[in-house]
Amino acid sequence: MAFRDGPFENIKVPAVWTAGVSVIACALGVTLLLVTDARSDAAYRPARNTVEAAAAPVSGVLAAPVRWFGAVGDYVGGYFFAVSENRKLKAELAELRPLRDQVIALEDINRRYETLLAIRPDPIVPMATGRSISDVRGPFSRARLLDVGSAKGVKVGNPVINEQGLVGRIVGTSDNVSRLLLLTDVASRTPVLIDRTDARALLTGDGSGNPRLAFIRGVGSVQVGDRVLSSGDGGAFPRGLPIGVVAKGVDGSWRVKLFSDRGAVDDVRVMLFEDFSQLVGSTSLDAEPLAGLATVSPATPAQAAAITDAASRRDAQREAQAVAARNAAAAQAAAAQAAARNAQTPAATATGPASTPARPRPAPAATRPPAATAPAPTASQPVPTPETGE
Amino acid sequence: MRRPAAVRSVGPVQWVLIPAAITLLATLLLATPVSLFGLRLPEPVIPLVLAFAWPMIRPSIIAPILLTAIGLLVDIFWNMPLGLWTLALLAVYGLVLSVRSLLIGQDTAFRFAWYVVCCGLAFAIGYGVTVLLGDTPPSLYALAGQVVPTLLLFPFANKLIERFEDGDVRFR
Repeated sequence: MAFRDGPFENIKVPAVWTAGVSVIACALGVTLLLVTDARSDAAYRPARNTVEAAAAPVSGVLAAPVRWFGAVGDYVGGYFFAVSENRKLKAELAELRPLRDQVIALEDINRRYETLLAIRPDPIVPMATGRSISDVRGPFSRARLLDVGSAKGVKVGNPVINEQGLVGRIVGTSDNVSRLLLLTDVASRTPVLIDRTDARALLTGDGSGNPRLAFIRGVGSVQVGDRVLSSGDGGAFPRGLPIGVVAKGVDGSWRVKLFSDRGAVDDVRVMLFEDFSQLVGSTSLDAEPLAGLATVSPATPAQAAAITDAASRRDAQREAQAVAARNAAAAQAAAAQAAARNAQTPAATATGPASTPARPRPAPAATRPPAATAPAPTASQPVPTPETGE
Repeated sequence: MRRPAAVRSVGPVQWVLIPAAITLLATLLLATPVSLFGLRLPEPVIPLVLAFAWPMIRPSIIAPILLTAIGLLVDIFWNMPLGLWTLALLAVYGLVLSVRSLLIGQDTAFRFAWYVVCCGLAFAIGYGVTVLLGDTPPSLYALAGQVVPTLLLFPFANKLIERFEDGDVRFR
């Protein structure tokens, strides 16, 4: 039979087989995607950003009625519970008023300490306010979509807070949408400190509402009720952001009840905080130690002269210090000898002349100038102070 | 003269495309950040209904491809590793396809038992992949919080099967 007669027309493949082949082909492709996505997070980031940007308006439309009804509910609730709310707020105000005075006094003391110690305080971090438009709450992922993106300066890695405390960080951005990874996500790792003991730990999300405290440094450094703050280690988060309170989990592990759960996470603020990797760049961070020496340009004559001048000044200063130390030691030894002589003279007068001259007694160890320590300043040769910068 | 009765044709639009669109819309809807008295909306894996029902209705080349597309969209929308739920859905589809002749014509309780097995397989794949990629085992309580709502979707899967199973006698 010729090929044009269609020899394969009568061959019927069972539909289950063709469907099975389709399943296997798709599964192979998906496995490849899974492996490549796991190796490089940035590989499919543009695709993710596109889908998220497309889904955001739909999610925003779906979330809008929820917000409206929520606002109506708050209004009605506020009307009916105004009296009890007023009483509660008055009690809270009375409780907080002395604390306010303490805070003002502490701020003043803190400012003076900062001035005295010449501490450079952290700069004020600019923020972008956003609204949550979708929420993922599964065991394998805890994330949200926010309606602010790179158009407002949001970058990957920016911390996100609400009025109660730290919520998470940004893991993806497009123009008007960004993806917020919550502290409870299985991929979330946050360096934290225990406020009471200053012990460090790693806050590890596991998909539940209360993330675990792992790698706690120190024995007995954590107890129930301790406040947990961001430690700032690694430079991804600013230090001191409130996170939550330590609690004991049902599985016996240390967990954290998040402050951010006390209020809605609908309206959040993205801290436009630059971490070390954003400031320096990964290539510089990954470079070999002292790799910059190979690429540094040769010094200009003016720079070379300045370097030589500084070196000669340093040598002269070191020599002057050595001379001063020698003089001080000699003066002290002479003074000790004179004191010993004066002490022997009255005794010799009383008992008659001695046959052998008295040997000078050694000076006490406390008065002897130690060789390793710097000499005491003298009026003739002032010692440079740190303020002069010499 | 007797008028010819209208013949109802069941094509891919009815049993594949429309359920797929409803599934995606429902997934988007349940991702709305609603909180009522501190409780949030459940988050079942709705595409598992399709992965269970489609091979029972009829074997098809289009269905696994569409299931892959839905899975990838869900993975991106839920910020999952790309392919995690897609692989789980395809595994469920493949399992049901392989035991299709056993499941056809059985009563609802028997189907539900197989639906439970399929959910177990899908979540086991999700759990395993998450542990492999992130070396942190997800909380079992959180896992139960998604498994239970997914199991409660069985009536929808059963309804889909009963609605379209007899649509084409060639596949019975």
